[in-house]
Amino acid sequence: MNLTLLIVVPMLSAIAVLLVPNRQQVKWLALAGASVQLILAFALLVIYRNEVAAGNTAQMFFQQQYNWFPSWNISFHVGVDGISVAMILLTAFVVIAGVLVSWNVEKMTKEFYFLLLLLSFGAYGFFISLDLFVLFFFLEIAVIPKYLLIGIWGSGKKEYSANKLALMLMGGSALVLVGLLGVYFGSGQHTFDLLSLSKISIPVKVQMICFPLLFVGFGVFTALFPFHTWVPDGHSSAPTAGSMFLAGISMKLGGYGCLRVATYMMPEGAKEYANIIIILSTIAILYGAFATMMQKDLKYINAYSSVSHCGFVLLGIGMLTKTAITGAVMQMVSHGLMTALFFAVIGMIYERTHTRQVNEMGGLLKKLPFITTVLFIVGFCSLGLPGLSGFVAEMTIFMGSWEHPDTFHRVATIAACMSIVVTAVYILRAVSQTAMGPIKESYNHLTDATWNEKAAAIILLVGIIAIGVAPFWLKDLISPGAEIIMQKISLVK
Amino acid sequence: MNDFFTILKPELIITFIIFLLLFIKIGKGTTNDVLLTLIQLLLLLNFIAGFFFNTEGSLFDGMYFSNPLITLQKSILSLGVYLISLLFADWFKKTQHLPEFFILMLAALLGMNFLISSGNFLMFYLALELASIPVAAMANFDLEKKISSEAAMKMILSSAFSSGILLFGISLMYGATGTISFTALPALLTGSPLQIMAFVFLFSAFAFKLSIVPFHLWTADVYEGSPIAVTSFLSVISKGAIAFVLVSVLYKVFEPMQAVWYNMVMLLSIITMIVGNLFAVRQQNIKRFLAFSSIAQVGFILVGVSGNSPDAVAAVVYFILIYVFSNLAAFGVAAAISSQTGKEKIDDYKGLYQTNPLLCWVLALALFSLAGIPPTAGFFGKLFLLTAGAAKANYLFILIAALNMIISLYYYLRVIRSMFMDKNEQPIEKINIQPSTKMALVICAAGVILIGLLSWVYDYIHEMV
Repeated sequence: MNLTLLIVVPMLSAIAVLLVPNRQQVKWLALAGASVQLILAFALLVIYRNEVAAGNTAQMFFQQQYNWFPSWNISFHVGVDGISVAMILLTAFVVIAGVLVSWNVEKMTKEFYFLLLLLSFGAYGFFISLDLFVLFFFLEIAVIPKYLLIGIWGSGKKEYSANKLALMLMGGSALVLVGLLGVYFGSGQHTFDLLSLSKISIPVKVQMICFPLLFVGFGVFTALFPFHTWVPDGHSSAPTAGSMFLAGISMKLGGYGCLRVATYMMPEGAKEYANIIIILSTIAILYGAFATMMQKDLKYINAYSSVSHCGFVLLGIGMLTKTAITGAVMQMVSHGLMTALFFAVIGMIYERTHTRQVNEMGGLLKKLPFITTVLFIVGFCSLGLPGLSGFVAEMTIFMGSWEHPDTFHRVATIAACMSIVVTAVYILRAVSQTAMGPIKESYNHLTDATWNEKAAAIILLVGIIAIGVAPFWLKDLISPGAEIIMQKISLVK
Repeated sequence: MNDFFTILKPELIITFIIFLLLFIKIGKGTTNDVLLTLIQLLLLLNFIAGFFFNTEGSLFDGMYFSNPLITLQKSILSLGVYLISLLFADWFKKTQHLPEFFILMLAALLGMNFLISSGNFLMFYLALELASIPVAAMANFDLEKKISSEAAMKMILSSAFSSGILLFGISLMYGATGTISFTALPALLTGSPLQIMAFVFLFSAFAFKLSIVPFHLWTADVYEGSPIAVTSFLSVISKGAIAFVLVSVLYKVFEPMQAVWYNMVMLLSIITMIVGNLFAVRQQNIKRFLAFSSIAQVGFILVGVSGNSPDAVAAVVYFILIYVFSNLAAFGVAAAISSQTGKEKIDDYKGLYQTNPLLCWVLALALFSLAGIPPTAGFFGKLFLLTAGAAKANYLFILIAALNMIISLYYYLRVIRSMFMDKNEQPIEKINIQPSTKMALVICAAGVILIGLLSWVYDYIHEMV
């Protein structure tokens, strides 16, 4: 399959959106673009599985390479493995749901959809690129759309949040940039090509400097403690689709980068710093969970719980076992779908009640049966109910973590497990306060979800349930990629 | 003799245009409209001519030399001047002394061309004077504004001061080595204290012209007081020319003293970036804002300069090419707004997107390019500068530069925020843009997007090095 289609389609639909005159056409064009993306992602999944079934054991499938800046040895090199396919699927799901949820955006509709599609362009490009320069290019492309989405269509202290987000993410990418340049020169190869860099072993001295730079840099994107502070502000101020993209796609760029770039290229560095990663991610998991307990605003609840859930991703990577890494990627996919759906539901409720304060709601189940049911499901997914994706992913991480017999890893694992109890407390409290009890007078006229909202919710629900009920297809997709990363790590003494 | 004309072609063409304008001035008066169109045409021809019949070689006993890279650098400057003639049409049409303005501007451009080609410190000094004195006169061109004459005064005084320092440096250098020829100097440089002293003086003169901190104090006032056309000439064309010649002097002439100047360039780069950025954060006037941001950009150029490799030369030239497009686009939008409404404050831009969406996108593209955000060309320019600098494996330096990009993003976003996000009861009304300005803005915007993505532009430059 031609992977460049994955970036050409979003780009073309973004440009097309700018060119058509009226709002209706803009919306339908964006939806068409997002649907094509979803079809492409599914086609990629099918073709990839067929290739694997046919016995193709290449490390990266469907590779394409074009010279870009030959004097710097930069080439436009793309290719995917199972991990990237999983992330691309996630992106396609979130994009189409995001487009559907924003159906009623009145203000500057054209620009809104343009930025959404531009963001998806950056995300796809990031997940398919095998050249670190190209990867960095796509990573940064996604920053400005986020800034504008929050700043223009956001609510609350939106300018502050938009600024904070843009600057912190830029800070992250500045660290990534220095780390990449360190690898470029320090490896002695003068190349940004991921595959050629992974074949050699980068000098340990360089790894000791560049691994933390890259890991922390990407970590900022995925709410690595203590660089998580943009998450609550950014998510809560963003418009619904913005929060969905931020939590569902953008935070996953960081996790993917930590795994694919930092850990894969520099296994010695990863081993050296693994304990610090585990400590920081355990803190993030617990701190995020306890901080959520204190929140009254639905968006803040989900934002802080994202910090906690993304902590699991980094915990899985820090554990450096095949099962844990597989679990980390599953957690990325699961959390992406789940949190996008959570934000979508919050957006739907907010549009009707005009408040996001939990204590001002109540009894919504009577008036909004569809929306509140989805809220229940997504809440259960968040607290790890078996049968939904959250359980599968977190369980895999715990299994992988438990493979380490020493006390340190055990303590970290148990501490992380404890957070699930806290999660259950805040999720159940928030959901029950919203949905049950007596309904307020003023909410009696509320109407349930419209067709577009239902479609968005169902699309994401399908993903969550598919992973929860039949996790093996996702595990089989991811584990060959995790295996290759583990092979490199296991060579380290 | 034939060589004389082809090697000296760029300078001869500019001289010819200057004479032509003189004759037009002496003859019967024509309207500014006709005259401006004529000038624009001539400048376009001048730019195009830069690509044909180029010969390498040196003249006047090595005082003047030319090679493909130098020709390319001259073309970049000519392109900048052509864009300036298009962008500020509004202001040009109102000005009383249009031919004089362009005579001065072309004289300065002539000086810059000689500067880039100079092979001897004498030539260097003369060319530098020719490149700076007309600019001081240009700064005074808003004749009825006091602030404009103040800018001219500051400009001429500081440039006289820096010339003094330069001459002192040159004489010390002559005293220490007995020569002022660029080709003979490297063999005689031993890094003795006197030579280092001479080098420091020479470098200070560069620092003045490039407004490297701590020699930047004249910049903001001059930029604010001068007409925007002059400000943009100063910040883009002047800076570009001096950066070109700085690279060639450091790499060719002072190569043996590399250990000395690497540390100097690194320290100055760090201070320049930090001071430029921190001061830009507080500015309200868009011209002052761009002045400080251009100081910070020079800090970035120095990161690349510290690399000392052919890649670094290519990166600097490439960055300047991008800088021409992005900075001129920013100045162009600012000029269009200020010439119709007189508003120059960043707060005045609040709600501009409601009334002038296209203008806003152009300014946003330009600012993103200055901040180094993809997919604009500035991203590639900055990245290559950093890559060139990183070849020295001084990662702390590169980290400081990368972190400075965050500060710069902060203040560029301030403008974006004013335009796109802040509400305003009475935003600036729909602005009428001159056709030629419109064309130049389109060229700039296209350049900002395409120069980065189309990698052959960089390859072309890299081949010349």
